[in-house]
Amino acid sequence: MSEITLNTAVSGVPEAPSRTAPVRTTGAVAWARQNLFGSWWSTAVTLALAYLIVRWTIGFVEWAFLNAIWEVPVVNGQAQTQACREIKGIGACWAVITEKHRFILFGTYPFEEHWRPALVCLLFVGLYVVSAMRRFWNWTLVPIWAVTLTLIGVLMWGGVFGLSYVPQERWGGLPITLILSTFGLAFAFPLAILVALGRRSKLPAIKMLCVLYVELIRGVPLISLLFMASVMFPLFLPEGMNIDKLLRAQVAITLFAGAYLAEVVRGGLQALSRGQYEAADALGLSYWQKTGLIILPQALRMVIPPLVNTFIGFFKDTSLVLIIGIFDLLTAGKTAIVEPAWQGFGIEVYITVGVIYLVFCFAMSRYSQDLERDLNRHRRR
Amino acid sequence: MGESVLTAHVASAVKADAPPAIVLDGVNKWFGALHVLRDINLQVAAGERVVVCGPSGSGKSTMIRCINRLEQHQEGRIVVDGIELTDDLRSLDAIRREVGMVFQSFNLFPHLTVLDNCTLAPIWVRRMPKKEAEERARGFLNLMRIPEQAEKYPGQLSGGQQQRVAIARALCMQPKIMLFDEPTSALDPEMIKEVLDTMVMLAEMGMTMVCVTHEMGFARQVADRVVFMDRGEIVESGEPEAIFNNPQTDRLKLFLSQILRGH
Repeated sequence: MSEITLNTAVSGVPEAPSRTAPVRTTGAVAWARQNLFGSWWSTAVTLALAYLIVRWTIGFVEWAFLNAIWEVPVVNGQAQTQACREIKGIGACWAVITEKHRFILFGTYPFEEHWRPALVCLLFVGLYVVSAMRRFWNWTLVPIWAVTLTLIGVLMWGGVFGLSYVPQERWGGLPITLILSTFGLAFAFPLAILVALGRRSKLPAIKMLCVLYVELIRGVPLISLLFMASVMFPLFLPEGMNIDKLLRAQVAITLFAGAYLAEVVRGGLQALSRGQYEAADALGLSYWQKTGLIILPQALRMVIPPLVNTFIGFFKDTSLVLIIGIFDLLTAGKTAIVEPAWQGFGIEVYITVGVIYLVFCFAMSRYSQDLERDLNRHRRR
Repeated sequence: MGESVLTAHVASAVKADAPPAIVLDGVNKWFGALHVLRDINLQVAAGERVVVCGPSGSGKSTMIRCINRLEQHQEGRIVVDGIELTDDLRSLDAIRREVGMVFQSFNLFPHLTVLDNCTLAPIWVRRMPKKEAEERARGFLNLMRIPEQAEKYPGQLSGGQQQRVAIARALCMQPKIMLFDEPTSALDPEMIKEVLDTMVMLAEMGMTMVCVTHEMGFARQVADRVVFMDRGEIVESGEPEAIFNNPQTDRLKLFLSQILRGH
């Protein structure tokens, strides 16, 4: 250090005092003047948009809350929806949700047993929360998942511990959506990692198999895959043997998600410099050590945004199972308004179902942002 | 602590009747149609320090990368510490355990702390207990004069510090041979010295070293032998004084005039 100061003194150049960065004018008024009312044109646009936003907000609040009907009388098991029909377009008829929420959430599951799928949904949420905590990211997650999933199976099917048996055909609503997406992604993700690694393998057979899998599955719409799983697959089975319809849909979704996720993971693998592989090789790490300790931790961190993008996409894509007659959340919502009394109240139901999807997707999205920030600490200086 | 461990370790490697550390015997390699290594014959004795120099594209990096099979040679024999390099994975593992490598671009693992960079291979490859591996790593970081950086991530260090971490990481595996592939070429001038100083220290402890470098001062100071390569061939080799003061071939004369002009 002393040498450096000596040098500057000798050369006769006084050290410039370091200054703090200039203070920017801030505050809401200054900001608005600069960005919203900077010119006549900008002022005009601001006012026009403000008018539209305020009008729309007031209109929505009036429709959704002030003029809304929350309950309708039920006579002889028939909902009397005349009041709702009279205010159609002026006020929302949330009575359809009040009346039908249990059907939307749990489908045709026996009414008096609804506590079981409700508990299943809570178990799923609990499982997500626990899995999201990084302090559980070790082997303890395996028994936690195994126990929770067994519990979920017991609750849904029943037939033991005094629970009545409920066949899979009667399951429906939110549990179906959660089952399909949780199992789908939980199996698809490891599969995707293996396929992505396989696609970069030096062994031609493995590489070929992985390329074939990705290209075949990715080149086909999910709907046709679901059809194949539900209609064609049983034709190949010996007579009398029948695999659960939900399981077949589950396999189709898993395979489909796996192909997409594999390409996302491969993108991360390709972004890593060759030097990382060489350094790991030079230290004598085996292939799996290198992959598990050096390559994947870096590659997966890099692809968190597209990974979560795909996760969110598949969470919503599970609603496509409606075409093979499985009652997921969206299908249950649609079915709820088939009844003549409630026909025409689709907006309310779709908003509600949309909000449920939004809650799950937004949670995933926020979590991924936090995760990305935490895991990429090393990139900050 | 690191120093004593290292010297004891190195001393055991250098015995009078020890087999040559590295033997390259008629090694040939092609990249496609390009003949990048032509009949390379080179022996490095245990404890010997060899500096490899030559113009860019002369095959010097490829040659030392063949020694731990980051590149695969197509003809000839490579024997490292008495183990022949074959397609057998066990011989490759055995060789990589004995050979440390330092790269031009450091190649530290950016998602691991400096300490974890150093302990990873000893823990997973040598099955060393974590405590012991950390103790050893701190010893070598100390030797490299960067003990205070152990908890940082590589991205937070200067180039010179990163390269010294890379040297410490390689030393933690207690290699018998160290390969340096242009270790100072990616560094700012003021950082070159700090890395070269640590390499001189290693050389003085008796480590078997093969360095690809353009640092002729370093070559003069520590090399037992300088090997000059051009167009995939070993053109000349000998003691540094002979090579630098009395070049025999036109190619070496040309090369020396070019690098000396640069300095």
